[in-house]
Amino acid sequence: MRRFFRWLRNPWAKARFLWAIAIGYMAWTLLPVGIAVLFSFNSTRALTAWHGFSTRWYVGDVNSVWDDPTLKAALFQSLKLATLTVLIAVPLGVAFALALDRWRGRGSGTQNFLMLFSFITPEIAIGVALFLFVIQVATGIGLGFTAQVAGLSMYMMAYPVIVVRARLLSIGKEYEEAAMDLGASPIGALRRVLLPLLSPAIFASVAIVFAAAIDNFVISSQLSSGAGDQTVPIMIYSAARRGPLPSLNALATLTLSASMLLIGMAVWIYRRGTRGERKAARTAIPLV
Amino acid sequence: MPEGAGSGTRGAWFPRWFWPSFATPATLWLVVFFVVPFYVILAIAFGQLDQIFLTPIPVYNPLHWNANAFVDVVQQFTTSGSVYQSALWHTLVFVGIATAICLLIGYPVAYFIARHAGRHKTLFLVLFIAPFWISYMMRMLAWMNLLQPNGYVNRGLEALGLIDQPIQWLNGKPITVILGLAYGYVPYMILPLYGTLDRINTATLEASRDLGAGQIHTFFRVTLPLSRQGILAGIVIVTLPMFGDYYTTNLLASTRNTAMVGTLIVSSMGSSLVQQGASLVLLLLLVLLLPMLYYLRETSRASELVSGA
Repeated sequence: MRRFFRWLRNPWAKARFLWAIAIGYMAWTLLPVGIAVLFSFNSTRALTAWHGFSTRWYVGDVNSVWDDPTLKAALFQSLKLATLTVLIAVPLGVAFALALDRWRGRGSGTQNFLMLFSFITPEIAIGVALFLFVIQVATGIGLGFTAQVAGLSMYMMAYPVIVVRARLLSIGKEYEEAAMDLGASPIGALRRVLLPLLSPAIFASVAIVFAAAIDNFVISSQLSSGAGDQTVPIMIYSAARRGPLPSLNALATLTLSASMLLIGMAVWIYRRGTRGERKAARTAIPLV
Repeated sequence: MPEGAGSGTRGAWFPRWFWPSFATPATLWLVVFFVVPFYVILAIAFGQLDQIFLTPIPVYNPLHWNANAFVDVVQQFTTSGSVYQSALWHTLVFVGIATAICLLIGYPVAYFIARHAGRHKTLFLVLFIAPFWISYMMRMLAWMNLLQPNGYVNRGLEALGLIDQPIQWLNGKPITVILGLAYGYVPYMILPLYGTLDRINTATLEASRDLGAGQIHTFFRVTLPLSRQGILAGIVIVTLPMFGDYYTTNLLASTRNTAMVGTLIVSSMGSSLVQQGASLVLLLLLVLLLPMLYYLRETSRASELVSGA
C-alpha cells in the first residue's frame, strides 16, 4: 500500500500516463459488460438498481431463460447453428489449408485470394448477396436455418485456414515424408502423422469458429426467415429497445460464458500441444 | 524437390493430384455461396423491374444489363436534401470521428502493452483480447442498460453535479452512435497496432537515444514512422465494418437523423426497393475495394515475413 502511494506521488516515474490510459481502457471496455452480467442476477426486474442476488432470470421465473419458450429456443438455436457451422467450416478449412501449404501450383494463389477476400468483405454485403441468392436463385434453400449454416460456414472457413496454415509452417514436410518412406500410403501419412500433429490447431479452429458463429448477428439475421430461426444475437437486437427484462442479460451471459470457456480451452490446448516449439509458430495466431 | 526425387519409387511421395484435390470442396463452397451470390447482386442492380409488383427481375446476361437504376441511385446521393445524401453524410461523419477516437485511444494502449506492460503483459493481452469473444450485441446491450434515463451514466453525471435533468442518450443522439461505434470496434484497431509496435527492434530506439534524441523526439521520428503500416491496417480493418453498420445506430439511436448507408441497405431489402438496395451494396463495395486490396496485400506480406519466404 505504501509503495502504491509513493508510486502515486512521483509524477515523473516511467509511463504513468500510459498505465492510466491502459487501465482506463480496460475498465471502459470490460466494466459495462461486467455490470450487464451482474444485473442478470438481479432479484427484481430492474436493470438500473441492484436489489440482491437471485438466479430467477436463469431458471424458475415465468420469464426466465429456461421457462420462456422464445428465449430457450433462441439459446438452442444458437448452439445448433454454431455446431453445424463448425462441422462444415472446419473440415473444409483444414483441407484447404493443407492444399495451399503443400501445393503451390497454378490456381492456388487465386483460390487463396478468393478465400481471404470473402473474409474481409463487409458482412452486410455478404448478407445481402446471400439473401438475394436464396430468394432469387437457390429457392430450394430459401431463407432460414439451412441458408444461415451455408452463409456462416462460407464466411468463417477462413479461421481454420489461417490457424492451420500457421501451424503447418512450423511442422514442415519431414514427418509425412518420413512416414511415406517407411511405407505409409498418402492417406495413411495424412491420417496417422499429419492430422495428429495438427490437432491443437484444429481444436483451436473449432473453438474460434464456434464462438464466432454463436456471436454472429449480421449474416444470420439477414438470412433469418422469422421466429423459428432466431438466435441469441438476433433476439437481443430485437428486444433491446423494448424495455427488456434481466432475462435478456441472462441469455447474453450464457452465450458469453460458452464462448469464453471454449476460447480459454483452445488457448490452453494450443499452448500445451505446441510447447517447446519455435516462438514464431506459437505467436503466429494473433487471437490465440 | 521432393516430387522429382521420389518419382521413381512407387507410392513414396504424394501423387500430383493429391494436394490440389483438398482445395476443391472449399473452393466449390466459396463459388456457390460467395461468387454466385455477388453475381446475383449485379444481375439485380443492372436488371429489370416488374412494373406491376415492383419486384426485381434479375438479368444474368451482361449484354442485356442496363444501368438506369444504378445511375438513379448515384444521382440520389448528389441531390441535396435527399434521404440518401443525409445518410451518406451521417456515415462519413460518424465513421470518421469514431475511427479517429479508436486511433487516439488504441495507439497509447497498444504502445503500453508492447513496451511498458512488463511482467503484466500476458494479463493485459488476455483482458484486451476478451472483447473479441464477447458478442457485439451483448456489448451494445450493456451500454443500453447504462444509458437508460435512470441508468448509471446519468446518475453518475448527476452525482457529479454536471447535469440537473437526465439526458435521453438513446433518443437519436449522434454522439451516442459515434461513441458506440468507437466502443464496438476499438479492439480491432489495437490488434494490428500492437503487432507492428511489438515488432519494432529496440536497438533502433536505443540508437536514436544514443544519437541524442529525447524521448518525445524518438517517438515522433522513429516509433511513429515505423508503426505507419499498423496505423493504416488498423484504420482499414475498423472502417470496413463501420461503413456497413446499421445495428449500432438502430440500437443506440433509431431515428431518421442518425440513419446510415447500412440502414438504407437493410431497410430496402424487405421492401419494393430491392434493386436500389443491390445498387447501394455495389457502390459500398466499389468504395471499399481499394482499402480491402491494400489490407490483403499488407497481411500477405506480413505472413511472408513470418514464414521467412
